[in-house]
Amino acid sequence: MIRPATMAEKLIARAAGLASVTPGQIVTANVDLAFAHDSSGPRRWAPHLEKLGVGLWDPARVAIVTDHYVPATDADSAAILKTTRDFAREYEVEKFFDMIGICHLVLPENGLMRPGEFVAGGDSHSPTGGAFGAYVAGYGATDMVGIVATGKTWIRVPETIRIELDGKLPRGVVAKDVMLKLCREVGLDNAFCAFEFGGRAVEAMTMQERMVLSNMTAELGGEAGLIAPDDTTFEFLRDRGKPVLDEAKSLGFAPDSDARYLQRKRFDMAAMVPQVAAPHSPDNTDNVESFSSVRVDQAYVGACVGAKLSDLQMVAKVLKGRKVANHVRLLVAPASQDVMRKASADGTIQTLVDAGAKIMPTGCGACAGMGAGILSDGDVCISSTNRNFQGRMGHSGASVYLGSPYTTAASAVVGRIADPRDLMEMT
Amino acid sequence: MARAWVFGDGISTDLLAPGNKLKLDPPELARHCMTAIEPEFPNLVSHGDIVFAGRNFGQGSSREQAAVSLKLLGVGAVFAQSFARIFYRNALNLGLPIFDFADVAEFSAGDHVDLDLDHGTLRNKSTKKSYDIQPLPGELMEIVKAGGLINYLEKQFNTAL
Repeated sequence: MIRPATMAEKLIARAAGLASVTPGQIVTANVDLAFAHDSSGPRRWAPHLEKLGVGLWDPARVAIVTDHYVPATDADSAAILKTTRDFAREYEVEKFFDMIGICHLVLPENGLMRPGEFVAGGDSHSPTGGAFGAYVAGYGATDMVGIVATGKTWIRVPETIRIELDGKLPRGVVAKDVMLKLCREVGLDNAFCAFEFGGRAVEAMTMQERMVLSNMTAELGGEAGLIAPDDTTFEFLRDRGKPVLDEAKSLGFAPDSDARYLQRKRFDMAAMVPQVAAPHSPDNTDNVESFSSVRVDQAYVGACVGAKLSDLQMVAKVLKGRKVANHVRLLVAPASQDVMRKASADGTIQTLVDAGAKIMPTGCGACAGMGAGILSDGDVCISSTNRNFQGRMGHSGASVYLGSPYTTAASAVVGRIADPRDLMEMT
Repeated sequence: MARAWVFGDGISTDLLAPGNKLKLDPPELARHCMTAIEPEFPNLVSHGDIVFAGRNFGQGSSREQAAVSLKLLGVGAVFAQSFARIFYRNALNLGLPIFDFADVAEFSAGDHVDLDLDHGTLRNKSTKKSYDIQPLPGELMEIVKAGGLINYLEKQFNTAL
């Protein structure tokens, strides 16, 4: 008899070609898709592949996205981008997305995160794709060389931590708040564990919100952030022209009801309030009201976690008919060109610009300390991004507070960290 | 004489290899390793010195330069109460020995230490205590023995030819 299994166990067993796997077991997984960006990918892979004298194991299963150094700001970043473009051409990588947006959003937009698959990403926020019921984990550059050369990688089957989000999120409180709260409640030190998210609140979330849960599994230290596929998943992929053909099979990757978990944690969403993480760690979290005396110099809306269409719409909802405070610079870097196109079409961008926002190029931008909008010594920033480690967004003397897109927008208007519910019409 | 460097919990990849310096060549980038909290670290760390730290060492980015910088500065090994997953894999792939180690609190900055990887022992000469080191599991040991993943792959591809 096959033992009951978590999602992680089912997905890894499939990738390893085994009937079942047990936590702690080290297995070899076959990779369905490997991806990387301009910082972690070709510039690191090429010298090793040349030394090994091998090519990509399957160019059709490799995707490359330029997002970290785009657009080039100096000769060095231009050279990194050129290396990336040359590599994509020479190694015949057709899934090459050049300056289209951030990999963790561009790949789902192109229907490349698919239920049941095992995906290796050359970036720490790779768990984002777990929202689609795929096992997506992040790897460093040398690991990725092994993966793109062989199509395989070793994996220690993780224990799973099950997070149940019960009830309904109140108005003005979103997935980002949930994850900041979880950073405090569950901690950041969960290496080699997989996370599974379920419960009514997760079922009610759009794919864009579910991706926030999976994305910030990286902050929890988890290897993967998994959500069982359902109609919401299938509808997203259908809308992208890449429907799931065997829905019943995808549904089978949901965890068994008697699966064994390392921990099960339950949270009541009805009791949630907006959360803010203070410098210099995402688990340094408290209710937004605790930070109302913090004056901000910059408000930043960006990154894979915090600049999707729904995030920009949240910002617009708060900014509509208002102005950004005089002393605050509000920077908005949409996560992809598709987001930019849709946010332009529906009037969101107009609302942001009218309020005083500066629209930045799509890409990782200031979040990783590489793109435009980085901070100086003493700067205080409220940010819709996912990390605030010391020195991440520029100078090590800068202070970064993390909040939801709502909270970031409200703080930009008030000039201090502010509770967005005070600015939103209560209907 | 190898010495101990002692850091706290949650040492991030932004401290080990700051994002806004990632365009630099690895040896230059290594000059910024840990300087946000220990400005003299790159200048004073000596070949074979050992880094001790608390929980979740290497959290944050997947950037391999975090492990590369420590290696380039001559750090002989990292002992931490726990490691972030990607850093753990990166370090082993690059041949930087790292060990889960509960007794970090028994080491102070500047302690004279002696690491014997062949016999799996760590000695604190300043406190005169010895510790057994847990061996690495399965395929990992083979990767480290080969001197990192690339050498390991080179052998595999050459055998296949």
